[in-house]
Amino acid sequence: MEFQSLYEAMSKMDGYCYPNEIELNWSVLIVLYPYITGLVAGAFILASLNRVFNIKALKPTYELSLLTAFSFMLVATMPLIFHLGKPFRFYEIMTTPHLTSAMAIFGFVYLWYLMVVLLLEIWFDYRYDMTIWSKENPGFKSIIYKILTLGIKDVSNKSRITDNKLGYFITVVGIPSAFILHGYVGFIFGSVKANPWWSTVMMPVIFLFSAMVSGIALVMFIYMAVSIIRKQKLDMICLDAIGKYLFYILLIDFVLEGLDQIHRIYVAEESFDILNLLVHGKLFFTFFIMQGLIGTLIPLLTLGTFQFLKPKENIRKFVYFILSLCVLVGIFFMRWNVVIGGQLFSKSFYGFTDFKLDMIGKEGFLGGMIWLVVPLIILTILLWLLPPWKKAPHIEHE
Amino acid sequence: MVKENKDFSRREFFKKTGVIAGGVLFASLLSPLKAAQSTEKSKSDDTWYGIGLDIEKCIGCASCARACKAENDVPKEPFFFRSWVEQYTITNSGEVKVQSPNGGIDGYKQPVPESEIFKTFFVPKMCNHCSKSPCTQVCPVGATFVSPDGVVLVDPNYCVGCRYCVQACPYGCRYIKPDLGTVDKCTLCYHRLKKGMDPACMMVCPTGARLYGNLRDPKSEMVKFIKNHTVGALKPNLNTGSKLYYNALSQEVH
Repeated sequence: MEFQSLYEAMSKMDGYCYPNEIELNWSVLIVLYPYITGLVAGAFILASLNRVFNIKALKPTYELSLLTAFSFMLVATMPLIFHLGKPFRFYEIMTTPHLTSAMAIFGFVYLWYLMVVLLLEIWFDYRYDMTIWSKENPGFKSIIYKILTLGIKDVSNKSRITDNKLGYFITVVGIPSAFILHGYVGFIFGSVKANPWWSTVMMPVIFLFSAMVSGIALVMFIYMAVSIIRKQKLDMICLDAIGKYLFYILLIDFVLEGLDQIHRIYVAEESFDILNLLVHGKLFFTFFIMQGLIGTLIPLLTLGTFQFLKPKENIRKFVYFILSLCVLVGIFFMRWNVVIGGQLFSKSFYGFTDFKLDMIGKEGFLGGMIWLVVPLIILTILLWLLPPWKKAPHIEHE
Repeated sequence: MVKENKDFSRREFFKKTGVIAGGVLFASLLSPLKAAQSTEKSKSDDTWYGIGLDIEKCIGCASCARACKAENDVPKEPFFFRSWVEQYTITNSGEVKVQSPNGGIDGYKQPVPESEIFKTFFVPKMCNHCSKSPCTQVCPVGATFVSPDGVVLVDPNYCVGCRYCVQACPYGCRYIKPDLGTVDKCTLCYHRLKKGMDPACMMVCPTGARLYGNLRDPKSEMVKFIKNHTVGALKPNLNTGSKLYYNALSQEVH
């Protein structure tokens, strides 16, 4: 029956909701959208720490970060498009954008980031290697490499220096772009003045830092997973460095979110009572346990301890592996608490509706999981095609 | 000699560029002003619809909600309304209870014993047809817009169904039409207005609690309603420019 889930939600309604509010308009797909773009922005920022800020310890993850960012970027819009009531009209957002809408510009910000920043940076970084690989590899793979080099076969030192300089320039442009990309996603929510849970100027900043946290954790996880699969020794200096940055940025993120909550509690505006009930009621588990405890406090305390007391390598490895997963889960629930939490209470401030995630269907658990698995498949293909570990060493120049 | 020639042509080039750039700048400075003036002029001549709802006259019969569903092909299930009626009950202890069973269509059962009721009243709800509407602001494709006479409309052939406007409406007046996948909302029965007929909800109201009219016509019933009553809008702090004026609006109503 078409409205079965709505009747179910209605039976679980608490207090009064406007009659059009029983249905949640944005479901798990819209939770995934800021989650995935955040992973992209965060992974890119980690790459740029190595490239622009010259943090050498992070070198082993540089290409991996870029390829991870690229894999997730390719699917970032898919949950959005699938969520539309009229998916085949999605292009209208780009062909006839309505410029007062925060959402209208996303297509352009997305394309800029994907085509200009990520694609170009990866291309400049791999062009020399792809030229070499096209000669070393037989048959089909060689053809792919030849196409990907766009016919530029120059392997002179001079050309490598040019590639390097242009790549550097793009990374410099890429840092503000990554900030814009995710700050902008935060603004999409933060600018909805009708919703007091979303409407805060802090939202873009919080989204930005949580994006960095999740991206760094993702690269940490993937670096460890790929090394384990390849039976390679993990670079502990690199892992410790990632752990250190994860700690600092998680700390900033925690402080910012804390400030936001403290401000809400202290000023206690009209919406305070309903939001207070929300976080202590329907959001208790996802907010305090998943986001707060597992996603923030446990990683923060453990990583903080590591800055002073370093246990043995094997223990650190294991802990980093678990913590990266904790942070990834925590940030997912941060997005969940924003997107789903913001729709659970009525804008009348007199009640709550209910939400149950279905297992199947495009808005279900499995439908959502697709968009987290597909990027990993893309990443596997990219790592096969462009293995960072087979790259020629970077050339040093002034 | 050659050098002089070069200088000369460069000077010429700069001169011409300067003239063109200056011209474009001047024209572009003027054009928006012109546009602003012309729209302002046409605006003041046009009808600019506003709505008046009299809480003191509303008896909660929900004829408006019923008529709206029939007229506008709104789903019959107990969800999705363009127009509905809420019953507010404030108890002696200050607790606020709100209900709207099937938008008021199913009738109301007062849950509070009479001795505990401080006050109770009905609040008809519908689109506020805001002049600074947050819903039209956020539409990524411009599928929803304010008509020249101030009615907020949706073009279902253009809507992509992203639901951003549903989130942006502070009054809960928008929903996604399940069969179309596009957004739907009160149009003030624009199809009837254009034929000189009243909106369905206004026509059926047995107590005359609902009215609409031209806010720019000082002689209209609408302007008289605002003048003769102490009117208020919902959520004025959000600065939506709501054109829905309530008489006898209690502060508990959201």
